[in-house]
Amino acid sequence: MSDANVLEKAGRVPAGGVLREAVDFRARLMELTQESHDAALVPREPGGLSHALRAALAQRIVRICDDPELEHHYAAMAGDADAAGHGMPGSTSDEERTSAILAYVDKVTRTPRDASEADIARLRAAGVGESDVVRLAGLVAFVNYQCRVARVLRLLGEQP
Amino acid sequence: MSRVVEKFTTRVPRWRPHVRPLAFDEATGEQRDALRETPSGTKISDYVLVLAHDPQALSARTPLFNGIMYAPGGLSRAEREIGATAASFVNHCIYCAAVHASRYNQITGDTTLMRKLFVDGEKADIDPRAKAIVRFSVRLSECPPQVEADDITKLREQGLDTQEILDLALSTALFGWANRLMHTLGEPVSDD
Repeated sequence: MSDANVLEKAGRVPAGGVLREAVDFRARLMELTQESHDAALVPREPGGLSHALRAALAQRIVRICDDPELEHHYAAMAGDADAAGHGMPGSTSDEERTSAILAYVDKVTRTPRDASEADIARLRAAGVGESDVVRLAGLVAFVNYQCRVARVLRLLGEQP
Repeated sequence: MSRVVEKFTTRVPRWRPHVRPLAFDEATGEQRDALRETPSGTKISDYVLVLAHDPQALSARTPLFNGIMYAPGGLSRAEREIGATAASFVNHCIYCAAVHASRYNQITGDTTLMRKLFVDGEKADIDPRAKAIVRFSVRLSECPPQVEADDITKLREQGLDTQEILDLALSTALFGWANRLMHTLGEPVSDD
Protein backbone atom coordinates (compact mmCIF):
# COMPACT_ATOMS: atom_id res chain seq x y z
CA MET A 1 0.00 0.00 0.00
CA SER A 2 1.18 3.50 -0.74
CA ASP A 3 1.37 5.80 2.27
CA ALA A 4 1.35 9.17 0.45
CA ASN A 5 -1.79 10.34 -1.33
CA VAL A 6 -0.99 9.85 -5.01
CA LEU A 7 -3.68 12.21 -6.30
CA GLU A 8 -2.71 15.13 -4.04
CA LYS A 9 0.93 14.67 -4.98
CA ALA A 10 0.22 14.48 -8.73
CA GLY A 11 -2.11 17.47 -8.33
CA ARG A 12 0.70 19.40 -6.60
CA VAL A 13 -1.68 20.48 -3.83
CA PRO A 14 0.16 23.09 -1.75
CA ALA A 15 0.67 22.64 2.02
CA GLY A 16 -1.51 25.65 2.86
CA GLY A 17 -4.01 28.06 1.34
CA VAL A 18 -7.47 27.95 -0.17
CA LEU A 19 -6.91 24.85 -2.32
CA ARG A 20 -5.46 22.93 0.64
CA GLU A 21 -8.56 23.85 2.67
CA ALA A 22 -10.88 22.71 -0.13
CA VAL A 23 -9.02 19.40 -0.48
CA ASP A 24 -8.99 18.85 3.29
CA PHE A 25 -12.74 19.52 3.38
CA ARG A 26 -12.97 16.45 1.09
CA ALA A 27 -10.34 14.45 3.03
CA ARG A 28 -12.54 11.33 3.18
CA LEU A 29 -12.93 11.42 -0.62
CA MET A 30 -9.16 11.75 -1.01
CA GLU A 31 -8.68 8.67 1.22
CA LEU A 32 -11.24 6.67 -0.76
CA THR A 33 -9.53 7.76 -3.99
CA GLN A 34 -6.27 6.41 -2.58
CA GLU A 35 -8.00 3.15 -1.60
CA SER A 36 -9.37 2.94 -5.15
CA HIS A 37 -5.87 3.49 -6.53
CA ASP A 38 -4.53 0.65 -4.40
CA ALA A 39 -7.43 -1.63 -5.40
CA ALA A 40 -6.78 -0.94 -9.10
CA LEU A 41 -2.97 -1.05 -9.05
CA VAL A 42 -1.86 -3.31 -6.19
CA PRO A 43 -4.93 -5.36 -5.23
CA ARG A 44 -4.71 -8.20 -2.70
CA GLU A 45 -6.26 -10.50 -5.36
CA PRO A 46 -4.81 -9.46 -8.74
CA GLY A 47 -6.51 -12.30 -10.68
CA GLY A 48 -5.07 -12.61 -14.18
CA LEU A 49 -3.70 -9.04 -14.23
CA SER A 50 -0.35 -8.83 -12.44
CA HIS A 51 0.66 -5.73 -10.51
CA ALA A 52 3.40 -5.13 -13.11
CA LEU A 53 0.93 -5.27 -16.03
CA ARG A 54 -1.47 -2.95 -14.19
CA ALA A 55 1.28 -0.35 -13.63
CA ALA A 56 2.25 -0.53 -17.31
CA LEU A 57 -1.38 -0.12 -18.44
CA ALA A 58 -1.85 2.85 -16.08
CA GLN A 59 1.30 4.41 -17.54
CA ARG A 60 -0.12 3.93 -21.03
CA ILE A 61 -3.40 5.66 -20.03
CA VAL A 62 -1.80 8.71 -18.40
CA ARG A 63 0.48 9.13 -21.41
CA ILE A 64 -2.57 9.13 -23.68
CA CYS A 65 -4.16 11.65 -21.28
CA ASP A 66 -1.02 13.77 -21.40
CA ASP A 67 -0.33 13.81 -17.64
CA PRO A 68 3.42 14.04 -16.92
CA GLU A 69 2.99 13.99 -13.12
CA LEU A 70 1.09 10.71 -13.12
CA GLU A 71 3.38 9.35 -15.83
CA HIS A 72 6.23 9.85 -13.39
CA HIS A 73 4.30 8.03 -10.64
CA TYR A 74 3.37 5.04 -12.81
CA ALA A 75 6.82 4.82 -14.39
CA ALA A 76 8.26 4.46 -10.87
CA MET A 77 5.64 1.80 -10.06
CA ALA A 78 6.29 -0.16 -13.27
CA GLY A 79 10.07 0.06 -12.73
CA ASP A 80 11.91 -2.45 -14.89
CA ALA A 81 8.93 -4.80 -14.87
CA ASP A 82 7.51 -3.40 -18.12
CA ALA A 83 10.16 -5.06 -20.25
CA ALA A 84 7.64 -5.54 -23.06
CA GLY A 85 6.97 -1.78 -23.20
CA HIS A 86 3.17 -1.95 -22.81
CA GLY A 87 3.32 1.42 -21.05
CA MET A 88 3.99 3.11 -24.38
CA PRO A 89 0.84 4.14 -26.30
CA GLY A 90 0.75 2.57 -29.76
CA SER A 91 2.87 -0.42 -28.73
CA THR A 92 1.40 -3.79 -29.72
CA SER A 93 1.80 -7.42 -28.74
CA ASP A 94 2.03 -10.65 -30.74
CA GLU A 95 0.30 -12.42 -27.93
CA GLU A 96 -3.49 -12.52 -28.47
CA ARG A 97 -4.54 -11.96 -24.84
CA THR A 98 -2.21 -8.98 -24.32
CA SER A 99 -3.14 -7.55 -27.69
CA ALA A 100 -6.86 -7.65 -26.79
CA ILE A 101 -6.13 -6.00 -23.42
CA LEU A 102 -4.11 -3.18 -25.04
CA ALA A 103 -6.84 -2.59 -27.63
CA TYR A 104 -9.45 -2.31 -24.85
CA VAL A 105 -7.28 0.10 -22.82
CA ASP A 106 -6.71 2.37 -25.83
CA LYS A 107 -10.31 2.45 -27.04
CA VAL A 108 -11.95 2.91 -23.65
CA THR A 109 -9.48 5.65 -22.73
CA ARG A 110 -9.67 7.58 -26.02
CA THR A 111 -13.19 7.00 -27.30
CA PRO A 112 -15.35 5.26 -24.70
CA ARG A 113 -18.39 6.34 -26.75
CA ASP A 114 -17.34 3.81 -29.42
CA ALA A 115 -17.09 0.85 -27.04
CA SER A 116 -19.51 -2.01 -27.67
CA GLU A 117 -20.23 -5.60 -26.76
CA ALA A 118 -17.71 -6.65 -29.44
CA ASP A 119 -14.85 -5.27 -27.33
CA ILE A 120 -15.86 -7.45 -24.38
CA ALA A 121 -16.33 -10.42 -26.75
CA ARG A 122 -12.80 -9.91 -28.05
CA LEU A 123 -11.37 -9.98 -24.50
CA ARG A 124 -13.34 -13.12 -23.70
CA ALA A 125 -12.26 -14.85 -26.94
CA ALA A 126 -8.64 -14.02 -26.09
CA GLY A 127 -8.98 -15.83 -22.78
CA VAL A 128 -9.71 -12.96 -20.37
CA GLY A 129 -12.12 -14.36 -17.75
CA GLU A 130 -15.29 -12.61 -16.47
CA SER A 131 -13.67 -11.32 -13.27
CA ASP A 132 -10.61 -10.11 -15.15
CA VAL A 133 -12.81 -8.17 -17.60
CA VAL A 134 -14.28 -6.33 -14.60
CA ARG A 135 -10.83 -5.79 -13.04
CA LEU A 136 -9.48 -4.39 -16.32
CA ALA A 137 -12.49 -2.09 -16.85
CA GLY A 138 -12.11 -0.86 -13.27
CA LEU A 139 -8.42 -0.06 -13.74
CA VAL A 140 -8.97 1.87 -16.98
CA ALA A 141 -11.94 3.76 -15.54
CA PHE A 142 -10.16 4.70 -12.31
CA VAL A 143 -7.02 6.07 -14.00
CA ASN A 144 -9.17 8.15 -16.35
CA TYR A 145 -10.89 9.67 -13.28
CA GLN A 146 -7.62 10.26 -11.45
CA CYS A 147 -5.87 12.12 -14.28
CA ARG A 148 -8.84 14.51 -14.70
CA VAL A 149 -8.95 15.45 -11.03
CA ALA A 150 -5.14 15.83 -10.95
CA ARG A 151 -5.28 18.22 -13.89
CA VAL A 152 -7.85 20.49 -12.21
CA LEU A 153 -5.94 20.42 -8.91
CA ARG A 154 -2.80 21.65 -10.68
CA LEU A 155 -4.72 24.44 -12.43
CA LEU A 156 -6.35 25.52 -9.16
CA GLY A 157 -2.98 25.52 -7.41
CA GLU A 158 -1.42 27.71 -10.10
CA GLN A 159 -4.31 30.17 -10.05
CA PRO A 160 -5.62 30.32 -6.49
CA MET B 1 -39.06 -7.52 -26.77
CA SER B 2 -35.96 -5.48 -25.86
CA ARG B 3 -34.17 -3.03 -28.07
CA VAL B 4 -30.93 -1.13 -27.50
CA VAL B 5 -31.48 2.57 -26.69
CA GLU B 6 -29.27 4.72 -28.94
CA LYS B 7 -30.63 8.21 -28.33
CA PHE B 8 -30.34 10.42 -25.26
CA THR B 9 -33.46 10.37 -23.10
CA THR B 10 -34.51 11.19 -19.55
CA ARG B 11 -36.58 7.98 -19.47
CA VAL B 12 -34.26 5.67 -17.54
CA PRO B 13 -33.67 2.48 -19.55
CA ARG B 14 -32.79 -0.97 -18.21
CA TRP B 15 -29.07 -1.82 -18.17
CA ARG B 16 -28.24 -5.17 -19.79
CA PRO B 17 -24.82 -6.51 -18.76
CA HIS B 18 -22.30 -8.04 -21.19
CA VAL B 19 -20.59 -9.71 -18.23
CA ARG B 20 -22.35 -12.26 -16.01
CA PRO B 21 -23.49 -10.60 -12.76
CA LEU B 22 -22.41 -12.36 -9.62
CA ALA B 23 -25.14 -14.63 -8.19
CA PHE B 24 -25.77 -13.23 -4.72
CA ASP B 25 -25.93 -16.68 -3.09
CA GLU B 26 -22.45 -17.49 -4.50
CA ALA B 27 -20.91 -14.30 -3.04
CA THR B 28 -17.93 -14.57 -0.71
CA GLY B 29 -17.86 -12.69 2.61
CA GLU B 30 -15.79 -9.90 1.03
CA GLN B 31 -18.23 -9.61 -1.88
CA ARG B 32 -21.23 -9.44 0.50
CA ASP B 33 -19.50 -6.71 2.50
CA ALA B 34 -18.82 -4.75 -0.71
CA LEU B 35 -22.55 -4.96 -1.58
CA ARG B 36 -23.75 -3.53 1.75
CA GLU B 37 -23.71 0.03 0.45
CA THR B 38 -24.95 0.75 -3.08
CA PRO B 39 -24.46 3.78 -5.37
CA SER B 40 -27.20 6.35 -4.57
CA GLY B 41 -28.61 3.86 -2.03
CA THR B 42 -30.65 2.02 -4.66
CA LYS B 43 -31.34 -1.74 -4.62
CA ILE B 44 -28.60 -4.22 -5.52
CA SER B 45 -28.65 -4.01 -9.32
CA ASP B 46 -27.07 -6.16 -12.04
CA TYR B 47 -24.54 -3.34 -12.39
CA VAL B 48 -23.22 -3.66 -8.83
CA LEU B 49 -23.38 -7.46 -9.11
CA VAL B 50 -21.08 -7.19 -12.15
CA LEU B 51 -18.72 -4.87 -10.26
CA ALA B 52 -18.77 -7.28 -7.28
CA HIS B 53 -16.41 -9.52 -9.28
CA ASP B 54 -13.78 -7.08 -7.93
CA PRO B 55 -14.90 -6.57 -4.30
CA GLN B 56 -11.85 -4.62 -3.12
CA ALA B 57 -12.40 -1.99 -5.82
CA LEU B 58 -16.19 -1.90 -5.27
CA SER B 59 -15.94 -1.41 -1.51
CA ALA B 60 -13.86 1.77 -1.99
CA ARG B 61 -15.77 2.95 -5.04
CA THR B 62 -19.31 2.97 -3.64
CA PRO B 63 -18.66 5.31 -0.66
CA LEU B 64 -16.49 7.47 -2.94
CA PHE B 65 -19.33 7.72 -5.47
CA ASN B 66 -21.88 8.60 -2.79
CA GLY B 67 -19.55 11.13 -1.15
CA ILE B 68 -18.76 12.91 -4.42
CA MET B 69 -22.43 13.14 -5.40
CA TYR B 70 -24.13 13.66 -2.02
CA ALA B 71 -21.70 14.89 0.69
CA PRO B 72 -22.92 18.18 2.19
CA GLY B 73 -21.25 21.55 1.56
CA GLY B 74 -19.52 22.94 -1.51
CA LEU B 75 -21.20 22.65 -4.91
CA SER B 76 -24.98 22.13 -4.92
CA ARG B 77 -26.25 18.63 -5.64
CA ALA B 78 -28.02 19.89 -8.75
CA GLU B 79 -24.81 21.33 -10.22
CA ARG B 80 -22.92 18.09 -9.46
CA GLU B 81 -25.61 16.38 -11.57
CA ILE B 82 -24.88 18.79 -14.44
CA GLY B 83 -21.21 17.72 -14.35
CA ALA B 84 -22.22 14.04 -14.30
CA THR B 85 -24.63 14.49 -17.21
CA ALA B 86 -22.17 16.50 -19.33
CA ALA B 87 -19.51 13.80 -18.93
CA SER B 88 -22.05 11.12 -19.85
CA PHE B 89 -22.94 13.17 -22.91
CA VAL B 90 -19.31 13.28 -24.16
CA ASN B 91 -18.82 9.58 -23.44
CA HIS B 92 -22.20 8.71 -24.94
CA CYS B 93 -23.29 6.83 -21.85
CA ILE B 94 -27.04 6.99 -22.45
CA TYR B 95 -27.87 5.15 -19.26
CA CYS B 96 -25.86 7.49 -16.97
CA ALA B 97 -27.11 10.58 -18.82
CA ALA B 98 -30.75 9.47 -18.34
CA VAL B 99 -30.31 8.73 -14.64
CA HIS B 100 -28.47 11.96 -13.81
CA ALA B 101 -30.49 14.28 -16.03
CA SER B 102 -33.66 12.98 -14.39
CA ARG B 103 -32.08 13.40 -10.94
CA TYR B 104 -31.29 17.03 -11.83
CA ASN B 105 -34.91 17.47 -12.92
CA GLN B 106 -36.17 15.97 -9.64
CA ILE B 107 -33.92 18.14 -7.46
CA THR B 108 -34.68 21.41 -9.24
CA GLY B 109 -38.23 20.75 -10.43
CA ASP B 110 -37.12 22.18 -13.78
CA THR B 111 -36.87 20.14 -16.98
CA THR B 112 -35.94 22.90 -19.42
CA LEU B 113 -32.16 22.91 -18.83
CA MET B 114 -31.73 19.20 -19.56
CA ARG B 115 -34.15 19.35 -22.48
CA LYS B 116 -32.12 22.17 -24.05
CA LEU B 117 -28.85 20.34 -23.38
CA PHE B 118 -30.12 17.12 -24.95
CA VAL B 119 -31.17 19.01 -28.09
CA ASP B 120 -28.36 21.56 -28.56
CA GLY B 121 -25.48 20.21 -26.43
CA GLU B 122 -22.82 22.77 -25.55
CA LYS B 123 -24.53 25.42 -27.67
CA ALA B 124 -27.73 25.24 -25.62
CA ASP B 125 -29.28 28.59 -24.66
CA ILE B 126 -29.05 28.26 -20.86
CA ASP B 127 -28.07 30.64 -18.05
CA PRO B 128 -24.39 31.71 -18.05
CA ARG B 129 -23.46 29.86 -14.84
CA ALA B 130 -24.86 26.54 -16.14
CA LYS B 131 -23.20 27.22 -19.50
CA ALA B 132 -19.77 27.70 -17.87
CA ILE B 133 -20.28 24.47 -15.88
CA VAL B 134 -21.28 22.50 -18.99
CA ARG B 135 -18.36 23.89 -21.00
CA PHE B 136 -15.89 22.99 -18.24
CA SER B 137 -17.30 19.48 -17.78
CA VAL B 138 -17.39 18.75 -21.51
CA ARG B 139 -13.79 19.88 -21.96
CA LEU B 140 -12.60 17.95 -18.91
CA SER B 141 -14.26 14.80 -20.27
CA GLU B 142 -12.48 14.91 -23.64
CA CYS B 143 -9.42 12.70 -24.17
CA PRO B 144 -6.86 14.05 -23.50
CA PRO B 145 -8.68 16.40 -21.09
CA GLN B 146 -8.86 19.93 -22.56
CA VAL B 147 -9.39 22.08 -19.46
CA GLU B 148 -7.06 25.09 -19.20
CA ALA B 149 -6.64 28.06 -16.84
CA ASP B 150 -9.18 30.00 -18.93
CA ASP B 151 -11.92 27.45 -18.16
CA ILE B 152 -11.27 27.92 -14.43
CA THR B 153 -11.43 31.71 -14.87
CA LYS B 154 -14.80 31.39 -16.62
CA LEU B 155 -16.16 29.41 -13.66
CA ARG B 156 -14.85 32.00 -11.20
CA GLU B 157 -16.50 34.77 -13.24
CA GLN B 158 -19.80 32.95 -12.69
CA GLY B 159 -19.20 32.95 -8.93
CA LEU B 160 -17.84 29.44 -8.33
CA ASP B 161 -15.24 29.31 -5.56
CA THR B 162 -12.31 26.89 -5.23
CA GLN B 163 -14.39 24.35 -3.26
CA GLU B 164 -17.16 24.38 -5.84
CA ILE B 165 -14.70 23.99 -8.72
CA LEU B 166 -13.02 21.05 -6.95
CA ASP B 167 -16.44 19.44 -6.35
CA LEU B 168 -17.38 19.94 -10.00
CA ALA B 169 -14.09 18.37 -11.12
CA LEU B 170 -14.78 15.40 -8.83
CA SER B 171 -18.34 14.80 -10.07
CA THR B 172 -17.33 15.22 -13.72
CA ALA B 173 -14.27 12.95 -13.42
CA LEU B 174 -16.33 10.41 -11.44
CA PHE B 175 -18.48 10.04 -14.54
CA GLY B 176 -15.37 9.61 -16.67
CA TRP B 177 -15.04 6.55 -14.45
CA ALA B 178 -18.70 5.45 -14.24
CA ASN B 179 -19.29 5.87 -18.00
CA ARG B 180 -16.26 3.70 -18.76
CA LEU B 181 -17.80 0.92 -16.66
CA MET B 182 -21.46 1.24 -17.62
CA HIS B 183 -20.96 1.88 -21.30
CA THR B 184 -18.46 -0.95 -21.79
CA LEU B 185 -19.69 -3.68 -19.43
CA GLY B 186 -23.29 -3.45 -20.64
CA GLU B 187 -25.82 -1.44 -22.63
CA PRO B 188 -29.12 0.37 -22.13
CA VAL B 189 -32.23 -1.40 -23.38
CA SER B 190 -35.88 -0.52 -23.46
CA ASP B 191 -38.39 -3.30 -22.80
CA ASP B 192 -41.46 -2.61 -24.89
